[in-house]
Amino acid sequence: MNWIYGLMDTLLPFEFLSHDFTKNAFLAILLVAPTFGILGTMVVSNRMAFFSDSLGHSIFAGIAIGILLGFKDPLLALVGFSITFAILISVLKNKTGGATTTTISIVTSLVVALGISFLSSGIGGGFSRYSSYMIGDILSITSSDLLSLLAVLVIVMVFWWFLYNRLLLLSIHTHLALSRGVRAYLLELSFMALIAVVVAISIQWIGLFIINSFLVIPASAARNLSRNVRQYHLFSILITFTAGISGLVLSFYWNASTGAVIVLITGVFYFLSLLVKNRRS
Amino acid sequence: MDTGKEAVMANKSCGLCCTKVKGITVTQGKAVILNDVSFHIHCGQVTAIVGPNGSGKTTLLKAMLGIIKHQGKLNFLDAKGKHTGKPVIGYVPQNMSLDRSSPVTVTDLFLSSTGRAPVFLFQTDRERARVREYLSVVKADHLAERRLGQLSGGEMQRVLLALALIPAPDLLLLDEPVSALDDAGIRLFYSIVAGLRNSFDLAIVIVSHDLDMVAEYANTVVLLDGKVIESGPPSEVFLTESFIRYFGKHQAKGC
Repeated sequence: MNWIYGLMDTLLPFEFLSHDFTKNAFLAILLVAPTFGILGTMVVSNRMAFFSDSLGHSIFAGIAIGILLGFKDPLLALVGFSITFAILISVLKNKTGGATTTTISIVTSLVVALGISFLSSGIGGGFSRYSSYMIGDILSITSSDLLSLLAVLVIVMVFWWFLYNRLLLLSIHTHLALSRGVRAYLLELSFMALIAVVVAISIQWIGLFIINSFLVIPASAARNLSRNVRQYHLFSILITFTAGISGLVLSFYWNASTGAVIVLITGVFYFLSLLVKNRRS
Repeated sequence: MDTGKEAVMANKSCGLCCTKVKGITVTQGKAVILNDVSFHIHCGQVTAIVGPNGSGKTTLLKAMLGIIKHQGKLNFLDAKGKHTGKPVIGYVPQNMSLDRSSPVTVTDLFLSSTGRAPVFLFQTDRERARVREYLSVVKADHLAERRLGQLSGGEMQRVLLALALIPAPDLLLLDEPVSALDDAGIRLFYSIVAGLRNSFDLAIVIVSHDLDMVAEYANTVVLLDGKVIESGPPSEVFLTESFIRYFGKHQAKGC
């Protein structure tokens, strides 16, 4: 780790990067930007913003279950619960057909309410202890936490490498994909589980609001700018990255919540992309 | 516009391989959508499936593709009469409802379906040239870099047709490919399909509402309404009582 800090001091001799915690936050954004930029393209194409949002909210129930089962580290319970929740949603989606959004939103509300009831009661020790899951605290990230973000990025890249083509075909047309041998249900389930893992692992530092904005806003902006899937990925990652770094720097000088500033900057990118899109058409 | 038919007369490979559709039955809950549907499909021939709305035409194609639950099976026999198991099937779905803002190009679609390399990273010039080659079969090579959302209905159908030809299918299933097209588009599409029948060694099954085109291009017509009502050459089927009951009197040209 020290040589990375040393390298950063040489390459990026800026004042705000002189502390270890800002260096860590900077590295975290380097890892998170491609993860979310990549995943976001498919979340937006498949109109899954609703799902990732549900998933984020459900983590309160995950933490509660972790505490009830006596887990020391909430992360394991979180990951396990998120995957279970993703599977539950996907089963509901397939069984209910038309009434999807309503059913999912009812189930989500109940799960969230359950989680918050537990956490705010004596068992959880008061909800305020868990508010960092809402907006995240990227400046508190440690170097060992960075390793888990790196692991997440690697998992996403391996998944994308092997399954992206099939995922794309599935998002274009289900029956066409089926006719070409794509196992739609299994693939969709794995993609949802992947998002579940990513959300569960990164939510402590990135926060619920920022996770969903990171998944949805940069990719939506990229969608307005791109003419093919390669540009779509490139723009999505670049916007996530630029918003992340500039948000980190600005929030440091303004003394504001990093996550919130990052989200605002992605918003600026989104409106700029709308202008570009309107000018083109 | 009789070139297709003349060519099929001259087509020597026609009719040598055969796919037998055997007893396809599809039920949804208690409703029987398809009941014991059987017919034969020969290569070098166009088999048209006609029938009223809700008669199970699309369901039949999906059962043949094996993407919905069904009973019954496809038996594919190659030109030597050897049983070769499952045929390779190309499929052109009914009108695609697409998000018009989707940043996916025709090339992206092709490479994601046919290539191994992840399309968001690698697309070599050689692969791109190959896609244009595939597209030229359906006179659509100029659409390679177009976004799917920018294509007209007819262009989309031709692109999907080209895609259905990779890998080279034994059986090509077209689901109401022309329902959203104008007359010129329909003509172009059918002339391309007729061309395929002659230049590729494959059998074509087409679900169609356009009886004029069926009369002109189909070798066999299957009248479907939950089960096979009639089947045979258009000239015969078009004259049967049940056909007239469904569609009224219709002129079958020649055949």
